Amino acid sequence: MDYFTLFILILDSTLRVSVPLVLASLAGLFSERSGVVDIGLEGKMLAAAFASAAAAYVTGSVWIGLLAGVGVSMALAMVHGFACVTHNGNQIVSGVAINILASGLTVILGIAWFSRGGQTPPLPPSARFQSLEFPGAAALADVPVIGGIYSELLSGHNILVYAAFLAVPLVWWILYRTRFGLRLRAVGENPEAVDTAGISVAKMRYMALACGGVLTGVAGAYLATAQSAGFIREMTAGKGFIALAALIFGKWRPVPAMLSALLFGFLDAVAIRLQGVSLPLIGEIPVQFIQALPYVLTVVLLAGFIGKAVAPKAIGVPYVKER
Amino acid sequence: MSTASSVLKEGRLPRWAEIALLPAINVIVALLVGGLVVVLIGENPLEVVKVLLWGAFGFQEAIGYTLYYTTNFIFTGLAVAVAFHCGLFNIGGEGQAYLGGLGVGLVVLAFDGQPFYVILPLAMIAAGLFGAAWAFIPAYLQAKRGSHIVITTIMFNFIASTLMVYLLVNIFIKPGQMSPESREFAENAWLPFIHEMLGWFGISFEPSPLNMSFLWALALLVLVWLFIWHTRWGYELRTVGQNENAARYAGISPVRNIIISMLISGALAGFLGLNEILGVQHRLLLNFTAGYGFVGIAVALMGRSHPVGILLAALLFGALYQGGAELSFEFPRITRDLVVVIQGLVILFAGALEYLFKPQLLAIFRRIALMRAGG
Amino acid sequence: MTGQNIPGGSTAGDAPCAAQPAQGHDFAIELRDINKHFGPVHANKDVCLRVRKGSVHGIIGENGAGKSTLMSILYGYYQASSGTIFINGRETKIRDPQAAIAAGIGMVFQHFKLVDTFTVLENIVLGAEGGFLLAEGVRAARAALQRLEREYELQVDIDAVVGDLSVGLLQRVEILKALYRGADILVLDEPTGVLTPQEADHLFRILAALKAQGKTIVFITHKLREIMAITDYVSVMRHGEMVAHRVTAETSPEELAELMVGRKVLLRVDKTPAHPAATVLETDNLAMTDANGVQRLKGVSFSVRAGEIVGIAGVAGNGQSELLEVLAGMQPPSGGRFVFNGHAYDAAHPADARGIRAQGLGHVPEDRNRLGLVSSFSAAEAAILGRQDDPLFNGLILMDERRIRENCLHLMEKYDVRPVDPALPAANFSGGNQQKIVLAREIERDPDLLLVGQPTRGVDIGAIEFIHRRIIEMRDAGKAVLLVSVELDEIMSLSDRILVMFDGIIVGEVDPAEADEKLLGLMMAGVDPRRDGPSREGAQA
Repeated sequence: MDYFTLFILILDSTLRVSVPLVLASLAGLFSERSGVVDIGLEGKMLAAAFASAAAAYVTGSVWIGLLAGVGVSMALAMVHGFACVTHNGNQIVSGVAINILASGLTVILGIAWFSRGGQTPPLPPSARFQSLEFPGAAALADVPVIGGIYSELLSGHNILVYAAFLAVPLVWWILYRTRFGLRLRAVGENPEAVDTAGISVAKMRYMALACGGVLTGVAGAYLATAQSAGFIREMTAGKGFIALAALIFGKWRPVPAMLSALLFGFLDAVAIRLQGVSLPLIGEIPVQFIQALPYVLTVVLLAGFIGKAVAPKAIGVPYVKER
Repeated sequence: MSTASSVLKEGRLPRWAEIALLPAINVIVALLVGGLVVVLIGENPLEVVKVLLWGAFGFQEAIGYTLYYTTNFIFTGLAVAVAFHCGLFNIGGEGQAYLGGLGVGLVVLAFDGQPFYVILPLAMIAAGLFGAAWAFIPAYLQAKRGSHIVITTIMFNFIASTLMVYLLVNIFIKPGQMSPESREFAENAWLPFIHEMLGWFGISFEPSPLNMSFLWALALLVLVWLFIWHTRWGYELRTVGQNENAARYAGISPVRNIIISMLISGALAGFLGLNEILGVQHRLLLNFTAGYGFVGIAVALMGRSHPVGILLAALLFGALYQGGAELSFEFPRITRDLVVVIQGLVILFAGALEYLFKPQLLAIFRRIALMRAGG
Repeated sequence: MTGQNIPGGSTAGDAPCAAQPAQGHDFAIELRDINKHFGPVHANKDVCLRVRKGSVHGIIGENGAGKSTLMSILYGYYQASSGTIFINGRETKIRDPQAAIAAGIGMVFQHFKLVDTFTVLENIVLGAEGGFLLAEGVRAARAALQRLEREYELQVDIDAVVGDLSVGLLQRVEILKALYRGADILVLDEPTGVLTPQEADHLFRILAALKAQGKTIVFITHKLREIMAITDYVSVMRHGEMVAHRVTAETSPEELAELMVGRKVLLRVDKTPAHPAATVLETDNLAMTDANGVQRLKGVSFSVRAGEIVGIAGVAGNGQSELLEVLAGMQPPSGGRFVFNGHAYDAAHPADARGIRAQGLGHVPEDRNRLGLVSSFSAAEAAILGRQDDPLFNGLILMDERRIRENCLHLMEKYDVRPVDPALPAANFSGGNQQKIVLAREIERDPDLLLVGQPTRGVDIGAIEFIHRRIIEMRDAGKAVLLVSVELDEIMSLSDRILVMFDGIIVGEVDPAEADEKLLGLMMAGVDPRRDGPSREGAQA
């Protein structure tokens, strides 16, 4: 295998592993830009993965699976809203609760319903998202350079992959070009300004959480019904936290967040490829080192050593009218 | 009389209701919702409770196991609580405990030829020191550079986890073996089990993993209580946690106290390594923290960061963990993961929704006060 | 009296205002029997108010009299517990700010409600975007704003980022925001608190222009001078109640002051002449730059001697807070030095709060809830804040709880703090009693120099006299006192010497005997009329 093909293959798997990170970091963006910390991305994604696999298995329809995933993720987002927006609860605590709840419930319900040690039965092809072949992909496959890029890298992914990357410009447009976006950005910076301008802070935050719920729902469905063929316990394996890291690394902006998600996805893809491979000059790089890199990079960024990540000003603070 | 007037005039709950009744209601609601999940699965919650209680307290071995889990939860619950008092949310208990275990392992692997009375203090120091060291970097970054400690401690959990995999797979693995574990410690280094210690006094007790670290956990409950509420250092730490500006006004350094509280917090979490590595596993291995660090969050929230509350909450979770293990024998459709669900519910109701029922409770107290005033 | 013709409605003690017939006037606002409870606090009691269309109507009252609460209810920011609101003669339910905006009410809050990271334009269109897409609404807003700016002397760069603007400009943005939403009734809450007199004058010109266009203006303040200067009518609030309505031209500052306070105000506190002794504090060209790189102190030199009270007057935000923080060791100076009790401190050797306390400094901070107390602590714990490592309260390891409790009881008795309960959380005491706890704690340590910031902010009248007496006693005991206050009355009645601060420097010194509000007011704007022109260079020389 020549290096170019290897490179294309790594980029190809980068795209695949980045999809849930991109979706979840956009989800976090909605929530955090509205001033609500969202460390429950992991739990929502896990619950959505389980719900989508379970529903897809039972109904045989991947779309109903997707809907179920989105529904469950939304429901958890609303629990977060009920605790943090309606009752001014601690947003971190609520997020931790959602993560743990999802981790327990998916296994308990999985065992009760499918008796497979917490997994769902493997999904038949009809209950999974299939890859889409671009026209002429097969014909172009042998053309040097372009063929590899077109038929390997661009073509041959399932619809959620394309949806995830199309969501980025869409979110950017919503955030910076629409009324909703203006209000969303305002409510995360100064909720009083929003309140006195005649807009309900709670409603804005609930809407932001709902947007986040949809996106994490899709991310979860992708894991269980597109990337894999069913649900496995703890299958998110920290992806929600990596997405959160990507969001912070992207300084709470959509395009940089996507780029960070791609970077972290790339590291993941490389780590798998490099397992046991001895590189010239460097020697063998421990896989764990590459795996830890996203976390280390995020800490370094937060420490202000490479630029400064300035969070939305009102983040983490429940909105209580001053007295 | 005075409580009645404060309920009526100032809209305040009596102190006992605020610190005991409200949390109790929250925990009961969490357990009830947990019961609903059981119903959803198609089992009888009352039966489940029966099995659970029997599994946790029904026989000596069960009690031993329950207290063994309780030990872990006291360590991690105290860790979260001390950080809370300084206004910090330490989600990194899991990673700090992991590193604490590493410290214990390193010391014992190096010194297990020595007598126990040499190893024990070394292991205790190592557990605390390694846990504290792992908490130090997030603490320093929070104090000096304002990096949000919640995020950094989460990241440090993952870094700890990859670090431990690397160390065990590449360095500590016993030669010629597949599973990433160190060699077993020499037996003289093991912490005495409680059943052995009782045996010294002629009391017979069924064997269980409960070991001497339980006594250390109980001692720490008292030490933390004294430290937080009855020393000037605790006073300063609480001042920083409650009002950082007032701390600066009073000449109390927020930087110093953030770092001190996280070092203590990390050390407390690190002691989990004593129980697991030196008390039970007797070797260094992967994933021995098993989520206990996160249970600490539930324990601290439920116990309102007070040692008495933490003891009770740790006992509850100890019982749930042990009793939960028995569940799968009786109910093929239920596993110990039910306990994880309950843990999530406790964090939700006792933590994020801690004042959910306060208005109703206040209304009840108001009515009682009015009735008393009228009658 | 001219009671029958005065808009404003009934006063406390009269029949409920709803029973009064409307008097044929055109009222923009009519509030009837408004009540508001915050938990146990009854912030507005049966308040009635009528504001005539096209008038400037002042509402005056002390801090905490309920003025802001009342206006927040009018704006829908708070919900009244009971009562009705009529706008232009029609009963209007104002459930949220949106309803208020729809009814033509605009509000400029005391603390501006702007998004720092947004441009002026984005702030103004927020909530009135005119459609799902921003582009169109923004274009329309740009045109409308240019017209408004010209019409009312409200010039401001609408593409500037709000976080970069000065306070005076921010206020214009708020006014533009209200006008852009089509407000006919403009409510301004303490609009001059943070302005220099010049900026305030500009504001008054804007208000005059608005009035000329037929807008109705409600002007909330606790400053008599402003009421007399720009209002047509004035209503007085005290302890949550509306106590009087007057035609401005027919009343006097003395009458309004009496109505506000409820009895004759003692403008001067009785005190004997000072006997200043040795210098306790001397500052030399003291400078301080804050975390944002803004220079807050630009070379401050003065001295305080034992046995005198030196008062620092100034509009809030001109460096007084920073001066106190530097002297108290909470912030390092960036230049210059100060000597306290023979110890010199400068940028290289800044004071630390703990160390300088040990040298004999007491500090009653400007904002007791932010700095002076930990509200969840018991009174006993709060009463040792800053002394927590005093050997008196500590054993080898554990604290001496009995001594801590006795200390608190002693302070409570001596300073008449109620209730006498050392275990009660600090938050459960009233503002005056909290202040007494702080004052007692700092004075009873017997410091050589007492720094006092805004000693009577949010404190009831009875406690004010008590607090003033303690400060004077402190002086009479031969201690040095440095007093910072934005209340000119307080400065003039307590100080033995008055220094005026403006924009980080001391503009000049005034003998209290020759001080009046006019002179101080000018100096607070950076002008010392006793010399010619601005005295900034003079003071720095």
